[in-house]
Amino acid sequence: MSWTDIGPLEDIPLRGARRIKTRAGCVAVFRTGEAEVFATSNTCAHLGGPLNEGIVHGRQVTCPLHNWVYDLETGEARGEDARIATYPVRVENGRVLIDAQALIAADAA
Amino acid sequence: MQKLVIIGAGMATGRMLEHLFEAAPDAYEVTVFNAEPRGNYNRIMLSPVLSGEKSYEEIVTHDDAWYADNRVTCRFGEPVVGIDRAARMVRTETDEVAYDKLVLGTGSAPFIIPVPGRDLPGVVAYRDLDDTNAMISASEAAGARAVVIGGGLLGLEAAAGLRLRGMEVTVIHLAGHLMERQLDPAAGYLLQKDLESRGITMLTGASTKAILGHDRAEAVLLEDGTTIGADLVVMAVGIRPETRLATDTGLEVARGVEVDARMRTSDPAIHAVGECVEFDGQLFGLVAPLYDQAKVLADTLMEREGDGFAARQLSTKLKVTGCDLFSAGDFADGPGREDIVFRDPARGIYKRLVIEDDRLVGAVMYGDTADGNWFFGLIKDGTDISQMRETLIFGPAYQGGSAADPLAAVAALPPEAEVCGCNGVCKGQIVEAIADGAGDLGQIKAKTKASASCGSCTGLVEQILACELGDDFQMPSSQPVCGCTDLTHEDVRRLIKARELKSQPAVWQELGWTTPNGCHVCRPAVNFYLLADWPLDYDDDPQSRFVNERNHANIQKDGTYSVMPRMWGGLTNAEELRAIADAAEKYGGELKVTGGQRIDILGVKKEDLPDIWADLNAVGMVSGHAYTKGLRTVKSCVGTDWCRFGTQDSTGLAVKLEKRLWGSWTPHKVKLGVSGCPRNCAEATCKDVGVICVDSGYQIGVGGAAGMDLKEIQRLHEAKTEEETVEWIVAFVQLYRENAKYLDRPYKWIAKVGLDWVIETLSVDAGRAGLVERFDLSQSVYQKDPWAERATPETKRHYEPLADLTLEAAE
Ligand code: SRM
Ligand SMILES: Cc1cc2nc3c(=O)[nH]c(=O)nc-3n(C[C@H](O)[C@H](O)[C@H](O)COP(=O)(O)OP(=O)(O)OC[C@H]3O[C@@H](n4cnc5c(N)ncnc54)[C@H](O)[C@@H]3O)c2cc1C
Ligand code: SF4
Ligand code: FES
Repeated sequence: MSWTDIGPLEDIPLRGARRIKTRAGCVAVFRTGEAEVFATSNTCAHLGGPLNEGIVHGRQVTCPLHNWVYDLETGEARGEDARIATYPVRVENGRVLIDAQALIAADAA
Repeated sequence: MQKLVIIGAGMATGRMLEHLFEAAPDAYEVTVFNAEPRGNYNRIMLSPVLSGEKSYEEIVTHDDAWYADNRVTCRFGEPVVGIDRAARMVRTETDEVAYDKLVLGTGSAPFIIPVPGRDLPGVVAYRDLDDTNAMISASEAAGARAVVIGGGLLGLEAAAGLRLRGMEVTVIHLAGHLMERQLDPAAGYLLQKDLESRGITMLTGASTKAILGHDRAEAVLLEDGTTIGADLVVMAVGIRPETRLATDTGLEVARGVEVDARMRTSDPAIHAVGECVEFDGQLFGLVAPLYDQAKVLADTLMEREGDGFAARQLSTKLKVTGCDLFSAGDFADGPGREDIVFRDPARGIYKRLVIEDDRLVGAVMYGDTADGNWFFGLIKDGTDISQMRETLIFGPAYQGGSAADPLAAVAALPPEAEVCGCNGVCKGQIVEAIADGAGDLGQIKAKTKASASCGSCTGLVEQILACELGDDFQMPSSQPVCGCTDLTHEDVRRLIKARELKSQPAVWQELGWTTPNGCHVCRPAVNFYLLADWPLDYDDDPQSRFVNERNHANIQKDGTYSVMPRMWGGLTNAEELRAIADAAEKYGGELKVTGGQRIDILGVKKEDLPDIWADLNAVGMVSGHAYTKGLRTVKSCVGTDWCRFGTQDSTGLAVKLEKRLWGSWTPHKVKLGVSGCPRNCAEATCKDVGVICVDSGYQIGVGGAAGMDLKEIQRLHEAKTEEETVEWIVAFVQLYRENAKYLDRPYKWIAKVGLDWVIETLSVDAGRAGLVERFDLSQSVYQKDPWAERATPETKRHYEPLADLTLEAAE
């Protein structure tokens, strides 16, 4: 793993998300609890809606365009045969770190 | 004999010495230095000392006799100021003492937030007996006021203690809910409610800017400009490992003094234990792991083998008499987690379990923590809970029986269990009523009054019916808001008003939501209900809004946005049009004339929104709210100003209405039209509210639509003057705001309540005036241009990506 700092936790609203740009495309970083974060591809498997703009509830997000609901832990879409990529991410000392290696692997794949 | 020197007579070193003296009383000649002028006491019991429930003498763990019996040289009140590792000496201000082995047990230092005024007398931390005594003496002055900064464990214990001593107490807490590290919002809400009922004022989401005062603390100033008078300010925002000695002497220090699993530092002669250490990237702030460390360190000092230290699961309780909370385990991220939530609003109980791979990994409880230790045991042991999953939340009493069935838990409730808190009806009475022939909810209500008041026990009553009647009972199917609750929208609205629920956690808890924080269906609805009913108490929650309302622009299929400024009543001028044209060019937008008599700039990038808003604001244009469940447009025709048939000033009236109504949030969007005569060029007869001007005055119609349904307006009232027209329309909109289900356009709502009821209600002069007054009160909060508020560098920063890793070198 290679943990890369992407910014302060407080810059992600609680029950909200921010987008980061990577070579593997845009990645959404969700904050589901005070210090709980998840990262997935930002692109909805339906018609490409930006998931960082969805409503975050529990450990799920609802796509802002047509309401597909994703499980942030597995990347699976509820009731649909589709899933999006997830990436390791964690919080340390109030900073959000993402595994850059996983992103590179995704880019290469 | 080898010389063992200990720095810090705290809880960790105290426990270590007990183990050492028990097993090898003659191994070392021991000297203990302590900065505090006393030996070891049970620091965690300072809160009962503060509240007056215990005295200092009762919490001393090692008294003079104990130190004497164990031949410890006590150097209390003498802080160590330096360590000379080459010479194996510790230094105080006046002396030097040699060691063979050295133990650092310096604990933590309170974190003091770097605001002006932090050094004033009257500002204290909460760490030791001296702090506690300072607080007690501050509380003795009549009418003394305290502000506690920090709503975590320590801050709340301090607040509760000071309140018990008669002080007026305010807690300032940065996060959105109390004890956010241990509790989720629902439990935080219950805790806050409990503490408020003791007379403590709670300010969450509040940030301290400065402590004010000349010779001593007099007040605390918040970022939002509020000042709170204070004779005593307690800083309880967190702790930092006390590592100064270790850093100065060159030991390896990260956030704490780094130790291995045998409590050895980077110098083989020096050990460390307690809150000053860091092990495997972790810090420690509760005694349970410190006691494990103390045991390991005693073994190490005796050169005994043994299991090394391993961090373990922790549980937290708050030592405030009467506040029953429990939190254990891990709520942090990890794959495949699920929640089980149980709420009993009547008794103020909340329980949430977090499950991962058929194992319990975390638990939060409020109100009834009797099963806390049982859950904690399941977490520690990693027990497979798949067999008891359905009934797990009901605790050990329901386990090990026959088939796991949630109804079985209801069946197992004893007859004296209270079901309806409002009317004091217990299960036995309901069962009796069923035996007497009551076969549905209505009959139970009539016979026992159960669920006849607040209605929140309805689900439970129905389950009892199902238990007793089996297949003879058909569960009713009124449409609940969503999967998070069994209540309908109408029930939720009624209960929010009746029970004065003023926050989302309050709704989730008091109305028994089954999810931790709702879903995309209920959250926007509840957010609207709360802001419509409590405009002054409730803060709108952007995270409960659909993307358009959160970003104040319409998202497009390609992820760009459209920007549509207001054109009051459809009027515009050359300056506005020039600004729109310039903006379109500058930000690469396309222009379209909309069906609502204004101009849309389409295809703007999110990062550019704050700038384009600033440009439009510069010529006085504000948000057109084309993206809201709120007032959209008021279409007009040219009216008496120009038209040969015009009877009244339809354009002027449209502008007046739009200026009065803009910015208000409504259950669904609201569109108006004002036509100058029955030829109806403004298409007023298919709007939510339409006005047709006639010679004798103004015909107001409501409930029109031209979207998925086509509806003609129905007559609400015929007004003589413009003022009367505006008054009726404002009152109508407010009645709709207060009563309609979220996402019902007015025509759908009117179909449910009946136009007659609407007319009757609005015809009462006092009622109409009350509605207008409440509308204006809400507008005093919400009639602000959201674009002007967001045309700032701060918003722009948040609209840009959090990070750009595309430039990172590939490894
Ligand atoms: C821009 C505009 C079309 C145009 O180019 O003229 C428009 C565009 C949209 N309309 Fe509309 N409506 C527009 C006038 C209308 C009208 C005509 C009017 O207002 O006189 C109607 C019929 C009248 C009515 O509302 O009863 C209309 C009935 C709808 C409906 C159906 C509502 C219903 O209750 O059945 C929707 C869907 C909804 O709101 O749920 C909708 C939803 C939408 C949305 C917001 C779809 C969405 O949710 O993203 C479209 C946004 C496009 C975008 O990306 O910007 N739009 N829409 C018009 C903006 C008017 C304005 O200046 O604010
Ligand atoms: C009000 C309060 C309530 C708490 N409630 C709980 C609770 O409910 N549950 C729980 O598990 N934990 C609780 N804690 C935390 C718990 O008290 C600590 O985790 C524990 O005391 C830490 O033990 P320690 O030995 O590492 O440090 P301490 O007990 O803080 O001892 C460190 C000692 O070292 C001394 N010292 C520091 N520097 C020097 C120096 N240079 N020279 C000489 N001496 C020095 C200090 O004066 C201090 O006496 C509470 C703490 C407080 C303050
Ligand atoms: S009619 Fe349909 S496609 Fe056209 S703007 Fe309205 S919602 Fe979009
Ligand atoms: S693009 Fe996400 S649901 Fe359609």
